[in-house]
Amino acid sequence: SKTREAGPTAQLRNILVGKALSAELIREIEKLLIQADVGVKTAIELRKDIQAGWERSEITTGTDAWEFLKSQLIAYFPDEDRQIHFAESGPTVILVAGINGAGKTTSIAKITKSLRDEGKTVLLAACDTFRAAAVEQLEIWSDRLGVEVVKGKQGGDPAAVAFDAADAAVARGVDCLVIDTAGRLHTQEHLMRQLTKIKNVVGKKIPGAPHETILVIDATTGQNGINQAKIFTQASDVSGIFLSKLDGSARGGIVIAIREELNLPVKFIGVGETPDDVQPFDPPSFVEAMFVE
Amino acid sequence: MLGNLSEKFEGVMRKLSGQATISEGNVRESMDEVREALLEADVHYEVAEAFCETVLTEALGESVLKSVEPGQQMIKIVHDELVKLLGGEEAMDDEGRPIEREPIMYVQPGPTIIMMSGLQGSGKTTTCGKLAGYMKKRGKNVMLAACDLQRPAAVTQLEVLANQVEQEVEGSGKVMFHGEPEKCAEYGQAVGVAVQVANRALESAKLQGADVLILDTAGRLHVNDELMGELRQVSNAVNPHQIYLVIDAMTGQDAVNSAKAFHAQLELDGVVLTKFDSDTRGGAALTVKKIVGEPIKFIGVGEKLDALEEFHASRIASRILGMGDVVSLVEKA
Ligand SMILES: Nc1nc2c(ncn2[C@@H]2O[C@H](COP(=O)(O)OP(=O)(O)OP(=O)(O)O)[C@@H](O)[C@H]2O)c(=O)[nH]1
Ligand SMILES: Nc1nc2c(ncn2[C@@H]2O[C@H](COP(=O)(O)OP(=O)(O)OP(=O)(O)O)[C@@H](O)[C@H]2O)c(=O)[nH]1
Ligand SMILES: [Mg+2]
Ligand SMILES: [Mg+2]
Repeated sequence: SKTREAGPTAQLRNILVGKALSAELIREIEKLLIQADVGVKTAIELRKDIQAGWERSEITTGTDAWEFLKSQLIAYFPDEDRQIHFAESGPTVILVAGINGAGKTTSIAKITKSLRDEGKTVLLAACDTFRAAAVEQLEIWSDRLGVEVVKGKQGGDPAAVAFDAADAAVARGVDCLVIDTAGRLHTQEHLMRQLTKIKNVVGKKIPGAPHETILVIDATTGQNGINQAKIFTQASDVSGIFLSKLDGSARGGIVIAIREELNLPVKFIGVGETPDDVQPFDPPSFVEAMFVE
Repeated sequence: MLGNLSEKFEGVMRKLSGQATISEGNVRESMDEVREALLEADVHYEVAEAFCETVLTEALGESVLKSVEPGQQMIKIVHDELVKLLGGEEAMDDEGRPIEREPIMYVQPGPTIIMMSGLQGSGKTTTCGKLAGYMKKRGKNVMLAACDLQRPAAVTQLEVLANQVEQEVEGSGKVMFHGEPEKCAEYGQAVGVAVQVANRALESAKLQGADVLILDTAGRLHVNDELMGELRQVSNAVNPHQIYLVIDAMTGQDAVNSAKAFHAQLELDGVVLTKFDSDTRGGAALTVKKIVGEPIKFIGVGEKLDALEEFHASRIASRILGMGDVVSLVEKA
C-alpha cells in the first residue's frame, strides 16, 4: 500500500524556510493555498493573517511564516476523536454517503477491512439499488473480505434494504453494519430525501443509529465540495469525512474550507484502490503534504 | 438572474458615474473581481491569471474607457474571451441558425475506434453507455468493450449498460458488447490484460460489422506510471481514432495536472465533462480546454443514459462567471 508523506521537497517550505519575508512571498503563499483547493476566501484570510503578523513584526522571516501557516492549518483540526464512535451495545451502524463516483463503495471495503482487523464482525448493506452492477461490486468486496451482505432487488427501495439489513444485524448479533448508498448529487432533492429516509429507518430499528454518517469526498474536488458537505449534512447529519483519492496529485485542501464552514472532522484518508489503502487522518502530515511539489 | 459578479462589476463602475472618464485603475479593479470569480469557479490559478491579462489588454485597447456602459462592456469582453477560450461559438448559417456539426468523426470503413480515459470515478463507463445510445439513435452499430479488468464488477457494469441501451434507446443501430469477465483480477494483478481484450474486441467488432468500437478503460491516476503505461499499450495496440478524457466537472485546481499528464501520454482528441447536473461552476472546463487544446465534445448531465449533451461554450462561460444568460443581459443594456 502507498503512503503519503511530505518529502524534503515540500515546495512552500522550500520557498519560505530560511528566506527573508517579502510582500511577494506572502502573495505566493496565497497562490499555493488556492492551488491546494482551500478556496479563495480561506486563502485570503490566511494571507491577511500573515500580512498582519508581518506588519506587527510578530512574523519576521519566511520560517516564521511557514510555522505560523502550518499551525493555523493544523488548528483547523483540533485533537478530537477521529475514531469511529461505537454503539454502547448492539450493532454500530455506519452510513456512507456522497456524490457519484466519490469512492464510497471502495472506502467501505477499507473501513470493513480495518474493522475486521480489529476483530469485529461486519455486515454490509447494499443500498445502491440504482447504479449498474453496484450490488455486484459490493458483493465482490464482501467475498474478498469474508463478510456478508444484505441486498435487495435492482431498482428497489434502498430504505427497505436498510431496514432488512438493520434487522439482520440485530438478529445475527454483528458488531457493525456498514451501509453503502447510491451516489447522489446534493442538488437532487428527492435523492437527498431518500438518504434521510435511509437514516431514519435504521434509527427506528436500532436506537442511536446511524452512529456514524461518513461523507466521502474525492480529494480532487474543487469549491463545490462546500455545497456537498452543507447539503449532505442537512440531509443526514454527517459526522465525519472520508477523504478519498489522496494518492494522486490533488491536495484535498477543500476539507479545510469545509471545516471552516461546517466544522466537520476528517476521519480517514484513502490512498489507493485496495482495502489496505486507508489511513487515519493526521493533520500535521496532511498539512505538510498539501505543499509537496 | 443577475449574478454576483455582474453586481460587483456594476459597483466598481458605478463609483465612476459622474466622472468624465474611467481610468485604467478602475478597469484593473474590476478585473480583480473577475479573477476572484474565476478562482471560486475552480479555474486554475495560472489559467485565471493569464486570462485576466488578456482581457485587461483587450479592455484597455477597446472602447471600455469611453463607453457609456463600461460595466456592461467589460462583462461582454470577459464573456466573449471566455467563450473563445472554451472553443468558440458554434458556426451559424446565413439565417443565423447554428450549423449542426457532428461532434464525432466516423471513419470509412469502420469501425471507428474510440478510447475513454480518465481518473477513477470520473464517469467513463457511464459515458460509454451514453455514447452508445447517442450513436444508436443515429443508426450506428456500436460495440462496447470492457477493458477495465480491475475495478470490481466493472465488466458487469458495462454489460448491464450495453443491454440497457440496446433495449431502451430508440434507434436503428445495434449495441453489442465484448467482455471477458474471467480475466478480471484484484488491483494491480491484471495490468496489461486490457491490451489483449482490446485486440480481441477489435477483431470481434470487425467480424460483427460494428461501425464504432468504444473501449472503456480502468480509472487510473496520472501519477501511476504502470497504469498509464498500460493505457498507452492499449492505444498502441488498436490505434484509436479518437481518445477522450473524461473529467468530473466538479474537479478543482488539480484538473491542470491530470489533463496535462493524460494529454502528454495519449494525445487526446477530445474531452467529456461529466456531472454538470451538479451546481458546480465548472471552471475546470476552462483549464482542461486550455491544456488539451482539443474540443470539449460532450457534457454529462445525469446518471441516465440519455443525459448527454453537446457542449456549448457560451452556456458554460455564463456559468463559470456565475451569471444567468450573459448574452441577453448584455443585449438588454
Ligand atoms: N486512487 C484511488 N482510487 C480510489 C480511491 N477510492 C476509490 N477509488 C477508485 O474510485 C473509483 C470509484 O470508486 P467507488 O468506490 O466505486 O465510488 P462510489 O462513490 O461508490 O461510486 P458510485 O457508487 O458510482 O457513486 C473506483 O475506480 C475506485 O477504485 C482512493 O483512495 N485512491
Ligand atoms: N449525476 C451524474 N452522475 C454521473 C454522470 N456521469 C457519471 N455519473 C455517475 O458517476 C459515478 C461514476 O461513474 P462511472 O461511469 O462508474 O465512472 P468511471 O470513470 O467508469 O469509474 P472507474 O471505472 O471506477 O474509474 C456513477 O455513479 C455514475 O452513475 C453525470 O453526468 N451526472
Ligand atoms: Mg458505490
Ligand atoms: Mg468504469
